[in-house]
Amino acid sequence: MDAFLQNCLNGISIGSSYALIAIGYTMVYGILRLINFAHGDIFMMAGYFMIIAMTDLMLPWYVSVILVILATVLLGVFTEKLAYKPLRSAPRMSIMISAIGVSYLLQNLATYLFSALPKSYPTIGFLSQKIVIGNISTSLVTFITPILTILLVVGLVLLVNKTKVGMAMRAVSKDFETAQLMGIKINNVISMTFVIGSALAAIGSILYFTPRTQVYPLAGSLPGLKCFVAAVFGGIGSVPGALLGGFLIGLCETFIKAGRFSEFSDAFTFVILIVVLLFRPTGLFGEKISEKV
Amino acid sequence: MKKLLSIVLSAAMLAAVCSGCGTKTNDEAGTDTGNTIKIGVFEPTTGENGGGGVQEVLGIRYAKSLRDSVTIDGTEYKIELVEVDNQSDKTAAVTAAQSLVSSGVKAVLGSYGSGVSIAAGSTFRDAQIPAVGVSCTNPQVTAGNDWYFRVCFLDPFQGTVMANYAGVTSGFKKAAVICQNGDDYSTGLASYFKNAFKGDIVYEGTYNTNESDFNAILTAAKAANPDVIFCPSSIATAGLVIKQARELGIECAIMAGDTWENETIIQNAGADNCKGVTFSTFFDENDPAAAEFVTGFKAYLNADKQNLKLNGNSDGVAAVSALGYDAYNVVLDAIERAQSTDTTAIRDALTQSDSVGITGPLSFDENGDAQKDMAYIKTIEDGKFKFIGTQKTDGAFTPVE
Repeated sequence: MDAFLQNCLNGISIGSSYALIAIGYTMVYGILRLINFAHGDIFMMAGYFMIIAMTDLMLPWYVSVILVILATVLLGVFTEKLAYKPLRSAPRMSIMISAIGVSYLLQNLATYLFSALPKSYPTIGFLSQKIVIGNISTSLVTFITPILTILLVVGLVLLVNKTKVGMAMRAVSKDFETAQLMGIKINNVISMTFVIGSALAAIGSILYFTPRTQVYPLAGSLPGLKCFVAAVFGGIGSVPGALLGGFLIGLCETFIKAGRFSEFSDAFTFVILIVVLLFRPTGLFGEKISEKV
Repeated sequence: MKKLLSIVLSAAMLAAVCSGCGTKTNDEAGTDTGNTIKIGVFEPTTGENGGGGVQEVLGIRYAKSLRDSVTIDGTEYKIELVEVDNQSDKTAAVTAAQSLVSSGVKAVLGSYGSGVSIAAGSTFRDAQIPAVGVSCTNPQVTAGNDWYFRVCFLDPFQGTVMANYAGVTSGFKKAAVICQNGDDYSTGLASYFKNAFKGDIVYEGTYNTNESDFNAILTAAKAANPDVIFCPSSIATAGLVIKQARELGIECAIMAGDTWENETIIQNAGADNCKGVTFSTFFDENDPAAAEFVTGFKAYLNADKQNLKLNGNSDGVAAVSALGYDAYNVVLDAIERAQSTDTTAIRDALTQSDSVGITGPLSFDENGDAQKDMAYIKTIEDGKFKFIGTQKTDGAFTPVE
């Protein structure tokens, strides 16, 4: 029973960091119809930014967190301006290949700058406090992660549904050209999407790396792919879907590892992807596909 | 225009490649004069294992500084070290091995890391050059290769030693074993540990390469309530496992193999979490039998700032440096016994080795593996490695005074 509760807690915690990254995939897809394969690597770079801020520059954690979010947002927007914007009128495949290129560029840049050896992630004192409830023992970050994630998602849903920016986003995602004709500055809207996605990836990276204290150039590739699966599972394009997908992937993974099948935990995640694509390509909350004629 | 450019570019690249090889072979072939014997140093000085490889090279260079010639039939032969970098990479290792062969070395020392040694093994065998591995512990390095020897102990031995230390010396009854799926070092050590452990194995878990979340596996291990967790792993994994285990409230001993003698692990896991972490290794600088080597090697390191920097800005003596020192001496002994510079004669003399080095006995069995009967057990205390004693496979433990 204790083990079951402990696993639930771990699963929800890792699932919520997945959810934060999955939102980045889902939002960019919703607006640009682009699967941003570089997103996992932006998440990895956020990990390195934190190391630079706290270990190399010795800044206090609250300053570092803000700096990391800002730096990651800049990186995200910069990537969009440099690698995606010039391809906006190109076929969708070109921009996707460009995303894969950016992903490799970031991985190799990190290898070049920080070496391939894992770097130790700085500890944020209060997040790493050990908490013991009965026979369950964990660190504070495990509790904070799901709470913070749900708060952020609620905020994001409100932003999309209630504000002018959100309305512009929804309009752009419905129809690119028409939105432009209605006077929406689509470049600003797209930048805004990358700002939100990257900021969430930065927060996700802090929550992800605090209990798993090692960052290396490939640290973003597998979590990135899993979050992509989470986004597809929940219905790509849907923010609450990404949250649910993240939680489900995190829980499934934890319970498979806890059982005696840990070798199959990653395989299982991708089996989910195949099953979803075969039987319900729009995911749990996905938009209905209506072919334009 | 584009076509012309591409032709010019490819010509330039080709020229660069050719000039690169050209200078290399000239350097190495040009010095083969007079009474010298060339010994190849086949180590990674860059890449993943660069740090450890450099420490082995330092041990070898120190050994050469003490003993730089051999006498064969009354003629003195100078020893010349030919150092190549195998870059911790299996492909680069084969190229590096070929460049050693073409430079005419009579014997090869190295390497740190089993993968590169396995990759280059057939190159040395085909060229009939004897090689002495320094710290490559995987059985496959010497298996089926009459030309490869090694001075360190093997994973089967290490697994058994740790099982004895956990089961007999520490009196643990229940062990949990966690290893990396598909990694020869990790799964090998784990299975030898399981075979030799006297108590019960209450939990077995595996994780995938590059795994960073061990909470689920550790929770399952915790539920089995083990006395000890044996988790042979890479340096990168070690810090995560230790930290996450302690955060889950697992207070039992955590044990592993020689890779854990690395200070990065303490930095990553935190000094407090590392309490009760124990592993086996090849050598300890506080061992009285090695006192002379340790004093001499420290002086050698301190004499040159460059050496200190290569040793990680410390004059601590790494086990791999001691192994490098032993490997060099075992080869020179063999050349003297062979009274010949013929590689086959040197190989045959190596099989007859029967000396005791600073890391223990240096005689080889039929596979070419050093017949070691004990390992050095170290633990982590107050964020530092502490030597606690030597453990033999028959269960005898000799604590340090």
